[in-house]
Parts: sequence; structure tokens; C-alpha cells
Amino acid sequence: MLLLRLALASLNNRRFTALLTVLAIALSVCLLLTVERVRNEARASFASTISGTDLVVGARSGSVNLLLYSVFRIGNATNNIRWESFEHYARHPRVSWAIPLSLGDSHRGYRVLGTSTAYFEHYRYGRRQALQLAEGRPFAADPFEVVLGAEVAQALDYRLGDSLVLAHGVARISLLKHDDKPFRVVGILARTGTPVDRTLHVSLAGMQALHLDWRNGMPAQGSARLSADQAREADLAPRQITAFLLGLDSRIATFAVQREINAYPGEPLLAVLPGVALQELWSLMGTAEQALFVISLFVVLIGLVGMLTAILASLNERRREMAILRSVGARPWHIAALLVAEALVLALAGMLGGLALLCLGIAAAQGPLQAHYGLYLPLAWPGAHEWRLLAAVLVAAVLMSAVPAWRAYRQSLADGLSIRL
Amino acid sequence: MTTPLLDIDDLHFAWPGQPELLHIAQLRLDAGERVFLEGPSGSGKTTLLGLIGGVQTASRGHVRLLGADLAALRAGARDRLRVDHTGFIFQQFNLLPFLSVEANVLLPCQFSALRRQRACQRHGSERAAAGRLLEHLGLSPALLPRRAGALSIGQQQRVAAARALIGQPELVIADEPTSALDADRRDGFLRLLFDECRAAGASLLLVSHDRSLARHFDRRLALPELNRAHPATER
Ligand SMILES: Nc1ncnc2c1ncn2[C@@H]1O[C@H](COP(=O)(O)OP(=O)(O)OP(=O)(O)O)[C@@H](O)[C@H]1O
Ligand SMILES: [Mg+2]
Repeated sequence: MLLLRLALASLNNRRFTALLTVLAIALSVCLLLTVERVRNEARASFASTISGTDLVVGARSGSVNLLLYSVFRIGNATNNIRWESFEHYARHPRVSWAIPLSLGDSHRGYRVLGTSTAYFEHYRYGRRQALQLAEGRPFAADPFEVVLGAEVAQALDYRLGDSLVLAHGVARISLLKHDDKPFRVVGILARTGTPVDRTLHVSLAGMQALHLDWRNGMPAQGSARLSADQAREADLAPRQITAFLLGLDSRIATFAVQREINAYPGEPLLAVLPGVALQELWSLMGTAEQALFVISLFVVLIGLVGMLTAILASLNERRREMAILRSVGARPWHIAALLVAEALVLALAGMLGGLALLCLGIAAAQGPLQAHYGLYLPLAWPGAHEWRLLAAVLVAAVLMSAVPAWRAYRQSLADGLSIRL
Repeated sequence: MTTPLLDIDDLHFAWPGQPELLHIAQLRLDAGERVFLEGPSGSGKTTLLGLIGGVQTASRGHVRLLGADLAALRAGARDRLRVDHTGFIFQQFNLLPFLSVEANVLLPCQFSALRRQRACQRHGSERAAAGRLLEHLGLSPALLPRRAGALSIGQQQRVAAARALIGQPELVIADEPTSALDADRRDGFLRLLFDECRAAGASLLLVSHDRSLARHFDRRLALPELNRAHPATER
């Protein structure tokens, strides 16, 4: 207790250096915890993006690419697939449900997904959770109805009944807007923590209606242009989609159906098991993620070395302090313990500072992170794993403080009472 | 014959890697005695005080404090003996500047139960003892909560004296305590120190270059005369 008080008073006497040391430790600990939290949340949210789907099918490309554009809404399909192919497999005897996915348009940076009502019925995420409507209803017969993901509605402040205009392509600033055919918001989904939140859902008919009068990627001009009402009258049967999801009647059928799709004679198709593709994708990121973790460990080490340097540098000017303490009865181990206590105080303060920074950082970045990366970082008390990391940092600090402690111990024995300044 | 307070017997000491600095055949100090120790710079005065306090140990021979042979004690016991029975005053920078005046005075009581107990016995509480000592040494109680580093040198020396005296150690060891003070304050400081040592029944062993101080003491020792090793000294 006395030693702790002395350590605190002595640190207070050198508070500028002490504060800098604490700051360095705090920043490094904050970095470590942030990396850890992002890593864990990313992995968790990643794994929970899709569940209950047995096969993802798209044009033949890489399985990771297929997963990225169909499930994560990242990147673009290399090719579309024909509607007939989808219908063929939707009717397949082993298939119990099929969800068509048609991508390519966007609204203010958010992707638009053309799909069928099967999506609301059969799509599962997390622990086989179904999508829930927070408000309104799924899109119905009218092609110009849209159901918003939770985040789209929140970020862009849309309510039921609002109307919005989709843009052609997925660039954030799109020059080509489908502004002659506005959509009406009929439903808003509950938050899922998956890319669904960042998606606008329209019917395939709506998707088709938008592009009826387009030729070669350009809107028709003048009289060739169709109005929304004209489009409603037209034949809106889809011709192409981007990908589709399949649920089979039994898991065991998965590989057989996969093989069959991959050998489909109609056009080159690729079917992947989402679990396998997720695994593959994560192992790609896994190395980067581990590297990040190791780097953040080193940063903590650097923070602690900074502390070590600060304490060692102070030793010489504090020989007097040590000699005085010795003269009033302090044993050499008291002197050593004083320095360990000092390191402990610095490390603890640094860790608390790091935690505080983490909380502040999460509070500040939570919204933007969710909006831009779909990564939800909870503002939660550290979990067991994080406590273990913090404990390890503390232990490392104490171990490192053995160096100045030992030096001060030797010094106080060698100096005796005769210290000249 | 009663046991002397301090009894040095055929003491040899050398700093590591250096030639023998001290060889003292015999040196005794009786309870209540005031002894003046002089010697040129580098002659080993401070080293001798460290040996008496058990901060260093002799390579050969005996230093007995209150009958206990320091060399025979374990390091911890030596540290305890030092704080229980001696109080130190140095030339300058005696205090931990970041502690309050009061905390500085109370330091020996933190490390020694005996000193704490004696302080409480006489004054009711250690804090009362600190206040009383400072008052006797001419420091206002208003200074107690002040940061020690903020005091003048003369005030600091008096705080150091209070620290050396709290809990009535048998021996007060002062290493050139007045050399940072001007003549007026030096005499005043010594008078207060003497009074308090007398009141506490403590012996005083004081090192100084200033021979004019010697007349106030019961006995005057010159280290070069005592010392059979002949280290190279200045002057
Ligand atoms: N901690 C130490 N380590 C090694 N050598 C030391 C140490 N302290 C003192 N010495 C050496 O011992 C010799 C005597 O030093 P000491 O401090 O005892 O002299 P002193 O008589 O007190 O001198 P002064 O009057 O200048 O204070 C010197 O040569 C000094 O270099
Ligand atoms: Mg000296």
C-alpha cells in the first residue's frame, strides 16, 4: 500500500512522461482490442450472412466471386444466366424452393435486388432466422413496389409510401436514372446485421419493367420510351437473372444436384455450397486477419517497451529518491517493488485508457461502420477472450518491469548513501 | 561496563574494484554522546556512515549497533535495525520532493513499527509527533501539507531533522547537514538539532568540513587519524 502510494506520488511528479507512456499503452491496447473485436464480429457476421441455403448457382466463374456478388452484394457477375435455367432447376424434383436473384441496379449506393416473394419466405440468415417485415408487406402484383432493408430505410430516412428512383448500374454516382419509373416503398425489413439490410428488394417484374425500353445498356430516346403505365401493360416475364439460391428436400442430395448443375447442358453454370465457399473466402481473409492481430500484438509490445524506456531513463535521476528510501529503512526489494508497482500503475492506466478509447471509438464509428461495411460492432463489455488479452498485457508489463526493478535493486545496493547529483 | 551504542572493531572496507578505503581499529559511541567527525573530501566519511547504518557491510571486522553485529545479521534485519535505531540527515536533497512535508517526516514510521510505536507513545499519534517536532524545529504547522520540494533549503533541512528524530532513534547520523546553509541559519539549525537530540536522548554523529562547529560537541574525531588505510584524498 505504502509502495503503491509512493509509486503514484513519484509518477505524479513525472506526470508528463507518465501521461505520454500511458497514452502510448492506451493507443496500443485500443488497437489490439479493436482488431480483436473487428476480427470476431467480422467472422461472426460473415458466417451468419446466409444459412439454410443448400446451393448458390450462377454463371460459371469462381465460387468466391459467386458468393461475393450473390450473397454479399460485392462486385459484379461476369455473366447473367437464362431464366429457363432457373425454371428448369426450380422444378427439379429434389428442389423444395428456389430464389431468383437479379442484380445490377442501385439506389444511392445501395444495391437493388430483383427477386420473387420466395425470398421473403425461404431466405435464412444467422441461426436459420427468416426475414421479418418491420413494417408493411412484401411487394405484390404491381411491378413498381420496393421493400427496403432496415439500414437503407434508416440511412435514407424512407417511410412506407415514399417513392424513390433507381439508378442503372452500381456506381455511387450514376448518370443514368430510371427516373421515369419511380418505385413506392411498401415494406421495410427488420434489421438482420447482414447485407440484406443494405439492399432494396423489387420484384423481377419491376426489374424487367425498368429495362424494357433499354437497348445496349442505354435508355430509349423520345417516342421509343415507355411510360410506367405502358410498362405495366407489357409482358414482364423475366428473361435473365444473375444467380439463384436453392433449398433441397434433403441435405444428402446436395452433391448430386451440384454435380448435375455443373454439367447442365443448357449453359455453363456453377453451383457452390455456401458453407464451403464461405470457408474458402474466410481462409483468404484469415491470413490478413491473423497478420493484423500479430501486428497489433507488436504494437502493444512497442507501447510496453516505451514504458520500459521511460522507467529506465528515470532511474538515474531517481537514485537520490532510492537512497533516501534506503536511509529510512526501505529494503532493496522495496525499491524493486516500487518500480514494479510503477509499471503496474502505468500499464493499468494504459489499459483503462485503451478500453475507454475503444468505447469512444466504437460509439463514434458504429454508425458509419454499419452503414459502409455492414459490420456491427457492439458497444459491449470486454468478453472473456479480451480480458485474457488484457491480463496478458498486464503480465507482460510486470515481466518487463523486472528489468528496471533489477537495475534499481542493484543500484541501491551499490550506491549506499553516497549519491552525488 | 554498559554496551556502547556503537562499537566498531577492526573494520575493513573497500568499494568493489577499489583499494581499501577504511581500516578502523576501534571506535565507540556512548548513548547521548555528541561526536563531531571531520576529514577531507574522499576520505570515506559518508562511506563510514553507510557502514554504521548497515547500508554497506564491512569486508572484515565488526560494526555493532546496540550490541548487534551488523555483519552477522541478514540484510532484512539490518535494514530493520537501521530504521529502528538511527535517523539520517544528509547534506542536501534529503526529502522526497513529491511527498508532503508530513509524509516525509512520517517515512521512518512507515518502515519501522518501533519508531511508530514510540512516536505514538510520546505524542498520542505519529502525526501529532510530526507536528510537535516541526514546531520545535521552528516550522509552522501550515507547512505540513505542503509539497516538500517547495520548501527552502533551510526549511528542508529542518524537515529532514524532524524525520531523523521522529520515534526517538538512539542515534542520529548527520552527513554535512549544514553545508548548504549560511552561517546564521547553520547555528540556529545546530542548536535546534542539539535540543531535540537531547530531548529524545539520542546520540549525534555529525560529519562536517567546518571545524568551527567542533567546539559544540562532546568529542571530535578526525577520520584520517582513525583510519589506518590511507586513501588518496583531496586537499
Ligand atoms: N557508491 C560508491 N561506489 C563506489 N565507490 C564509492 C561509492 N561511494 C563513494 N565511493 C568512493 O569512496 C571514496 C570515499 O567516498 P566518500 O563519499 O565516503 O567520501 P567523503 O569523505 O564522504 O567525501 P565528501 O567529503 O566529499 O563527502 C571515494 O573515493 C569515492 O569515490
Ligand atoms: Mg560525504
